[in-house]
Amino acid sequence: MKYVDEFRAGDLAHGLAAAIAREADPSHTYNVMEFCGGHTHAIFRYGVQDLMPANLRFVHGPGCPVCVLPIGRVDNALELAGDPRVTLCTYGDMMRVPATGRRSLLKAKAEGADVRMIYSTQDALRIAVENPDREVVLFAIGFETTTPPTAVVLKQAAAAGLKNFSVFCNHVLTPAAITHILESPEVREIGTVAIDGFLGPSHVSSVIGSQPYEFFAQEYQRPVVIAGFEPLDVMQATLMIIRQLNDGRHEVENQYARVVTREGNRKAQALVAEVFELRSSFEWRGLGLVPYSALRIRPQFAAFDAELRFGVETKPARDAKSCECPSILRGAKKPTDCKLFGTVCTPESPIGSCMVSSEGACAAYWSYGRFRQQARPAARSTEAAA
Amino acid sequence: MTAHDARFVGGAVPLSGSVDMMHGSGGRATAELVQALFVRHFDNPMLRAGNDQAAFQPPAGRLVISTDGHVVSPIFFPGGDIGSLAVHGTINDVAMAGARPLYLSAAFILEQGFPLADLERIVVSMAAASRLAGVSIVTGDTKVVERGKGDGVFITTTGVGVIPEGVDVSGDKARPGDVILLNGSIGDHGVAILSKRENLAFETEIVSDSAALHGLVADMVAAVPGIRVLRDPTRGGLASTLNEIAQQSRVGLRLDEAAIPMKADVRAACELLGLDPLYIANEGKLIAICAPADADRLLAVMRAHPLGQEAAKIGEAVADDLAFVQMRTAFGGERIVDWLAGEQLPRIC
Repeated sequence: MKYVDEFRAGDLAHGLAAAIAREADPSHTYNVMEFCGGHTHAIFRYGVQDLMPANLRFVHGPGCPVCVLPIGRVDNALELAGDPRVTLCTYGDMMRVPATGRRSLLKAKAEGADVRMIYSTQDALRIAVENPDREVVLFAIGFETTTPPTAVVLKQAAAAGLKNFSVFCNHVLTPAAITHILESPEVREIGTVAIDGFLGPSHVSSVIGSQPYEFFAQEYQRPVVIAGFEPLDVMQATLMIIRQLNDGRHEVENQYARVVTREGNRKAQALVAEVFELRSSFEWRGLGLVPYSALRIRPQFAAFDAELRFGVETKPARDAKSCECPSILRGAKKPTDCKLFGTVCTPESPIGSCMVSSEGACAAYWSYGRFRQQARPAARSTEAAA
Repeated sequence: MTAHDARFVGGAVPLSGSVDMMHGSGGRATAELVQALFVRHFDNPMLRAGNDQAAFQPPAGRLVISTDGHVVSPIFFPGGDIGSLAVHGTINDVAMAGARPLYLSAAFILEQGFPLADLERIVVSMAAASRLAGVSIVTGDTKVVERGKGDGVFITTTGVGVIPEGVDVSGDKARPGDVILLNGSIGDHGVAILSKRENLAFETEIVSDSAALHGLVADMVAAVPGIRVLRDPTRGGLASTLNEIAQQSRVGLRLDEAAIPMKADVRAACELLGLDPLYIANEGKLIAICAPADADRLLAVMRAHPLGQEAAKIGEAVADDLAFVQMRTAFGGERIVDWLAGEQLPRIC
């Protein structure tokens, strides 16, 4: 398949693996955090860790938009869905996220709430146009990648003068979270692992560019390599991080040059700036309050702000006591360090957010990699042949 | 004989308009619908007899029975519809015992307001599918539910068949060293359906692989009577079906990703939606597991059949008390191929 197979070729992978093994200094340990869930998913799905030397470790970061939404905001969405006037539109993997009392939008839908799974923000707008007697609310979540499409529908709704459409805005910002992982006060309490370098977000960077990470790389003296989501991208970017660390450099490099530029997509940035403004603080599941890390709808578009229209008030809500998601999201612990992992917390019955989304570290670990914890089955008796 | 006044006799129910509650009342309208639609299109002596059941002489051998409810949205999709699917699905469930399917029954639950023209289209499709398969629909039932209490049409089909002497196929018979074969590309049906979902229409040439597999199975069991396992990987896809077999047989299954046939369009659609093709439904595929010594012969027989031209060895069974399904990725790594957790939901980005 054009533009996909090229990034999954086994022979290229083995060439890159050999280069990494050759250049990784055996006297060093390389801890590389992949911020994005997309990278976590690729690493597990393609078994990339199997091709890495023992002294290179991937640390799974908080970059899954479903995983980082705090319980209180999911409770808000459930309250909205419970309003008999409301049709709540949401992306698929948000449906299963457990809120207070282990309720979820999927359960609310089963109980009769009008919850619709959408594939794009345009679906929500269409539902509003087709159902003028319903209050259609878009449950908007995601990083910089999904923010411009939300801005587009807000502008379209305003231009069309729609009276029954609003957005419950939960868009969050990547650079603030990366900074927070390294310097928040909580780091001292729950501890953190050494992170030597970052695989930077790819889709996010296609919007905001690579430039926002330059301050970070300098300030914290950690290399950042913007990496695509294909397994070969991940391996090539890892090699670039190793080379920087070996050279004592800490720069922002761009492996994903086929999409990402330093400046990013100016048009999308302008659109987002027109519709949204910074929140001074926003709670992230697992990271707590992160300053200037999220967006809210500007007053010019207040008529389409579900928080104002429905008087949404977010109450503090706590994760399950034994859930280690906060530490796992920071890379301080591995999924298997959590007592709930694979016992009461599985993808069928998730307790913590890391188990909910397929991009969460726990779900990826459970679905693709848990055999590593077991004695490996007998070696293949014969090779499967095509 | 005097000529009748048509007004006093009652005519056949017109196949225009839509399903009404009276079509399920059990009265004349029901009888006329059954005659005008089901008996007319499915036409065979047993159905024509007009009894509430079909009586037949069972052949020698072990009998197989299987039943399946069909609810699909959209009802009409590229490469098929709910009618042909209801025929193929149950024929295949019977055939996966290594059996020769004999007869089908069909129960229709219709929603008030469902267009009769669409119902006729479905019935015509079922009739064609069953005729082509050589498996008659010999009895059935019709019910109507009020508007809003159904989804247009639900069809339940039950099939009976007979297992040839010397064939003993079951999900618990896989043994370490056995070879896993697949008759062709995965994910075609699921992607064809997705491509026509109301809120997800996208351009693709992919059509459903919906097909009756008993002809292929007959060739396979004739060549290799000792086939250990046969299973059609429908809902839940290849991954879920292999997990079922691994659990039943208490063996590990190890796949070779590069050997699994898959169309480029299917891969592209799954890539776009963030779905894993291993979990996408199929309706014309089967998994066969056999002893290593039989594998080449079985593969050759499969490839010689029109529904098995792309057949491939995709992996093997290994000793593993944990009954994991694992895969050597095309990339050279290893991963688990796990059960599907709930419905496969598209990722946000």
